[in-house]
Amino acid sequence: MTVQMTAQDFWNLFQQFASLSLLGVGGAITTVPEMQRYLVDETHWLTDLQFTSSIAIAQASPGPNILFVALMGWNVGLNAGGGLVSGPTAWALGMLGVLATMLGIMLPSSLLTYNATRWAHRNRDLQAVKAFKAGMAPIVIALLICTGWLLTAAHNQAARDWPLWLLTAGATFLVWRTKLHMLWMLGAGALLGGLGVI
Amino acid sequence: MTENPHSSIADIVLARPQSKTELFTTFSKMALKGFGGVLAVVQFDLVERKRWMTQAQFVEEWSVAQIMPGPNVANLCLMIGGRYFGIQGALAALAGLIFFPLLLVLALAIVFGGVSDSPYVQGALRGMGAVAAGLITATGLKLTHALSHNAMGLAACVLFAVLTFTGVGLLRLPLAWVLLGLGSLACGFAHYKLSRATLSKQTGSQI
Repeated sequence: MTVQMTAQDFWNLFQQFASLSLLGVGGAITTVPEMQRYLVDETHWLTDLQFTSSIAIAQASPGPNILFVALMGWNVGLNAGGGLVSGPTAWALGMLGVLATMLGIMLPSSLLTYNATRWAHRNRDLQAVKAFKAGMAPIVIALLICTGWLLTAAHNQAARDWPLWLLTAGATFLVWRTKLHMLWMLGAGALLGGLGVI
Repeated sequence: MTENPHSSIADIVLARPQSKTELFTTFSKMALKGFGGVLAVVQFDLVERKRWMTQAQFVEEWSVAQIMPGPNVANLCLMIGGRYFGIQGALAALAGLIFFPLLLVLALAIVFGGVSDSPYVQGALRGMGAVAAGLITATGLKLTHALSHNAMGLAACVLFAVLTFTGVGLLRLPLAWVLLGLGSLACGFAHYKLSRATLSKQTGSQI
């Protein structure tokens, strides 16, 4: 897939992720629905498959989950450069995409966290700090569940997609109720998908 | 930390990072060991292997890292690095967390990308995507445990959770509206409940 992108578009990409940065209470993963709305529905910079596979590859790789944001930037940049096969130009644009999304998502929240945690640490017995923790808890949790739901709901044809739903439900149950390592499940998902079972 | 009864004992035996380089390498190693999220590894390494903090201290730090916007583990890096070596320590820890995993994930994406036209790879990504959706949902379900001790009470928590899910998941409202609208309502309600609890404790002790 190829898209046309100007320098202004990369700046917009940075700004979009910077604006989501402070909304990512409970982790950037809670802002995934908004990223999908922007990158897939609004700008068409990513396909649905590129979007979900960015998350899947980041989950399969070691390190903080936030790297799915880097992959989204990478894929946007690659699309702008005409895809991986187009060579160094596309790779450079991919890195530009990584910089735009990662700096955007990290900079505002890091600045706020670094400064605010010192304050919150000194004042953690304040009523306001406690109320914030208690009030945000159910919302943050619901947003996580929402993210899983939206990723599943992107596949919306029951007759074709029911095995996929079953796999999601199975993985949910296994992670929730057992200590089975996530990597086994991702591997099983890849295998089932690769063999065309789902 | 002063009200923690264990801290005065623990502080004596606790270690600390000797340099910014040690912060960088420690967080690099933790990040590379953590598949599907780094939290479990971070807890084990910081508390049990490195002994930079006690279990109780870790829980406290983690709860703050969690309520701040931004990736939780990155927030924890900033807080720990910052405590020992100021802003440079925070950056060293954060760079350690991100640098090598970023290279690795890009390499993985390139390997996948080179063969992404293959129906096998497309299928594999579909399958992994479905599992990833399950992992995220399950993390949310696991955390619902924390709600049973919530100051707002379970019923209010369920109500706010259901409203959030309806708004973002079903009605597809922009996240900012939901966070600001429902978030301020919830925080306001929590503040009210906490104030009443404090008040009844005070009047109780006066009687």
